[in-house]
Amino acid sequence: MSLADTTTRKPTPRRGRLPDGLLFEGADWDFDTIQRVFDACEDVALNELGLDVYPNQVEVITAEQMLDAYSSIGMPLFYKHWSFGKHFAAHEASYRKGMRGLAYEIVINSNPCISYIMEENTATMQTLVIAHAAFGHNHFFKNNYLFKQWTDADGILDYLEFAKGFISDCEERYGHGPVEMMLDAAHALMSQAVHRYPRKVRPDLRTEEKRERERRLHEERMYNDLWRTVPTKDKGTPDDAELLRRHALLQLPQENILYFLEKTAPKLAPWQREALRIVRLIAQYFYPQGQTKVMNEGCATYVHYKIMNRLHETGRISDGAMLEFLRSHTNVVYQPQFDEPHYGGINPYALGFAMMQDIERICETPTDEDREWFPDIAGRGDHMAVLRDVWANYRDESFILQFLSPHLMRKLKMFHVVDDEDEPDLEVRAIHDERGYRKLRRALAMQYDVAHTDPDIQIVDVDLAGDRRLILQHAMLNRVGLEESDTRRTLQHLADLWGYDVLLREVDPQTETVVKEHTASARRRLV
Amino acid sequence: MHIVDRRLNPGGKSLANRQRFLRRAKALVKRAVRDSSKERSIKDLEAGGEVSIPLDGVREPRLRRSSEGGVRDYLLPGNKDYVEGERIPRPPRGGGGGGSQGSPGGEGEDDFRFALTHEEFVDLFLEDLELPDLAKRKLATTEQLSWRRAGFSVTGSPANLALTRTMRNSLSRRIALRRPRPDAIAALEAEIAELERTRDDPIRLEEAREELARMRKRTRAIPWIDPIDLRYRRSESTPRPVAQAVMFCLMDVSGSMTEHMKDLAKRFFTLLYLFLKRRYKHVEIVFIRHTHEASEVDEETFFYSPETGGTVVSTALEEMIRVMRGRYRPEDWNIYAAQASDGDNTSSDNAKTSALLTEEILPACQYFAYLEVGREDDSPMGFGYRQSDLWRTYDLARTGGAQIAMRKVRHRRDIYPVFRELFAKKSERATA
Repeated sequence: MSLADTTTRKPTPRRGRLPDGLLFEGADWDFDTIQRVFDACEDVALNELGLDVYPNQVEVITAEQMLDAYSSIGMPLFYKHWSFGKHFAAHEASYRKGMRGLAYEIVINSNPCISYIMEENTATMQTLVIAHAAFGHNHFFKNNYLFKQWTDADGILDYLEFAKGFISDCEERYGHGPVEMMLDAAHALMSQAVHRYPRKVRPDLRTEEKRERERRLHEERMYNDLWRTVPTKDKGTPDDAELLRRHALLQLPQENILYFLEKTAPKLAPWQREALRIVRLIAQYFYPQGQTKVMNEGCATYVHYKIMNRLHETGRISDGAMLEFLRSHTNVVYQPQFDEPHYGGINPYALGFAMMQDIERICETPTDEDREWFPDIAGRGDHMAVLRDVWANYRDESFILQFLSPHLMRKLKMFHVVDDEDEPDLEVRAIHDERGYRKLRRALAMQYDVAHTDPDIQIVDVDLAGDRRLILQHAMLNRVGLEESDTRRTLQHLADLWGYDVLLREVDPQTETVVKEHTASARRRLV
Repeated sequence: MHIVDRRLNPGGKSLANRQRFLRRAKALVKRAVRDSSKERSIKDLEAGGEVSIPLDGVREPRLRRSSEGGVRDYLLPGNKDYVEGERIPRPPRGGGGGGSQGSPGGEGEDDFRFALTHEEFVDLFLEDLELPDLAKRKLATTEQLSWRRAGFSVTGSPANLALTRTMRNSLSRRIALRRPRPDAIAALEAEIAELERTRDDPIRLEEAREELARMRKRTRAIPWIDPIDLRYRRSESTPRPVAQAVMFCLMDVSGSMTEHMKDLAKRFFTLLYLFLKRRYKHVEIVFIRHTHEASEVDEETFFYSPETGGTVVSTALEEMIRVMRGRYRPEDWNIYAAQASDGDNTSSDNAKTSALLTEEILPACQYFAYLEVGREDDSPMGFGYRQSDLWRTYDLARTGGAQIAMRKVRHRRDIYPVFRELFAKKSERATA
């Protein structure tokens, strides 16, 4: 990664003008302040909370740069595409009108871990942001098993650099139009572009480029049944052996659509496969983030709360700064009730933070109920050890299923409503009482399970003998179909990539009936 | 830990993405820009600003589950008094207790709103328009000559000597002809002096002296700078179009002109101004209002100060000619004129008006537009058929070969289409 035009400040000895111990006074800050604050936070985070973090890099940016970063999904460098411009325009419009503030920080899962802080923030906010991002998120990124399994913090920035260069090379060589079409199509299928189960080899982004090239050369030399133009002799009923052979050949069924296209789509040029691969690998990189929203934010919020309180206790920040911090902290973890006008679902910060605090309570001062529900951790004392273990080994779904306590459900007054379109009324299935705790917990955990939030769509077959039609299947969950117009458009993109017709069946797995079918034909050749 | 200050990094990282987005949504944005011009006041037009385009055109589709139908679970905080098994009447669609989860996405979403910069706005607003071809008529007079650098030549005045180039030639010639370097001579002289002093190697001394004599001779034979080294900066004269324009706004302000008509006229003038400003570096405006007598006034007076009197159009033309002769000679200025009127004129004045226009004004102007403004409540038929005095006069002149652009406008929303019609590119106009 190139770090052009940057200046790095070395810490300078503390000047003795501040009242004893205080890290800063008032809202103003400079680079020495940031360094002092960082050192103080680091002391608490490593020595008292026992966190384990990547080296940190704190970058000071302006509001405009924050908007920039927003629009390319938070990454410091990214390839160019109109959709990012659209997001930028939307963010900018709402920001200028004051409808929305900017995030205080953006943190990037890389090694070193990069945190962006805005120059407009007050010294207190910078402290909060450093505690939150540079230690909270950073620890989570480094230790959570999903991130370890799926992301390559060492290589991501280099890979993005490569991706950016590659896409712009393609634009130069093949023109803006084809590249844009390619990316549009790939983006439409981005949520169907992850491997949900790890393969044996951990992807190493550093060698991706080289490996890809070798692989392609190999494949170009190899025989691919899809390219067969000689008609086969018998067109009788396909026997099972033939089906199995085909499935094995094409690695079907396959839920990673972009992966499938990259490997088998007959009409794509090499650069198009590479573009698909770039989009797919980036989708994979973000895959853990979607599954750990509650935990990730809960962890960061819990850590900043601990650090700020500790700094206040030891007299490093003033009462005024503490009050300012508490104000924004409470805003962040505020959970509106369901009947309030600005209720927008469960706030992951609020839920995560409350659960972390609840675990601390269970470890330190458990009730009889806690002992019954959480025999492993109740009264164990060392709550940080328990939390570190939780942060390392769970994702949202399993975390909630394991650690949402009756105490917290009562506190949040949770209840479960079922809306069945065949029934005239909604039904309250469970509330926060003895009979309802487990049901509530299971139902809430389900909502964070990717298997339930994302539609289950798989490529099931290709009509190799006939018109090469690609057949996909959506296994409906709870009788919920796909959104009609978006599906039509996405399938169109898919058909363009595949080069032949595409059929998507929506199947209700309970009755094994096909509820609906969508089809699309390739519009034109992509090249 | 590193602290990196990125604030000074070049901004506008999203610019390329933004341009891609605008290019993609161009048709939609263009329509939005033009629609917005109907509602906005002209001043706002120039400021650029927010437009909204239908979200559909810039949608990023993906496969996602529908927000309707099936069985849905809602886990909600803040239970008040519900108990297990209780039935709740389904809230009306689009609101209420459990409905909030379904709202993102969906067909009937709002338009996509965002802000355009001034440049982007004006570009899209005036896209495809061009100045009328009439300018070619005056090619000889509307262009000035200016000097432009054009390489080097072997002749020229000493003031134009291109020193670097000359010295470069000199150096390569000296190297090529092996002219002895001054320091080589100096070194040899030093050696001779040394040998003369010590006197221990007379043979070498002799050699060195010969060598020195040869070098000196060669130095004299090969000059430091030769006439063939000389290069001069060369300039060419190129015709430069006159980059300044003046715009005459002529308006009838007699009692028959209502506020509405003046507003229409103002909109037209402003559009013209906006347009000229994009084409010329320097644009001046002259406001001339007239009743039965005409005078040059400032903008404020022009649009807002009431006036009473009869209507004699030729006075305005005379005033324009006077100003033109005094300050804006056609040789130096591109002259544009737009006249707005409700079409009234004193009958006896028509002949004079026509003569002034065709003989004095049109030959000097690049473009003369006549805009006849009508009442909003005039029926299109009546307004269209009953031709005003002035319209008839100009129309007659036009059939006689005069270059006048004439349009009638009754409503604010017609202004922009009419303006586009007048300045549409040739190809576009041919199809229209």
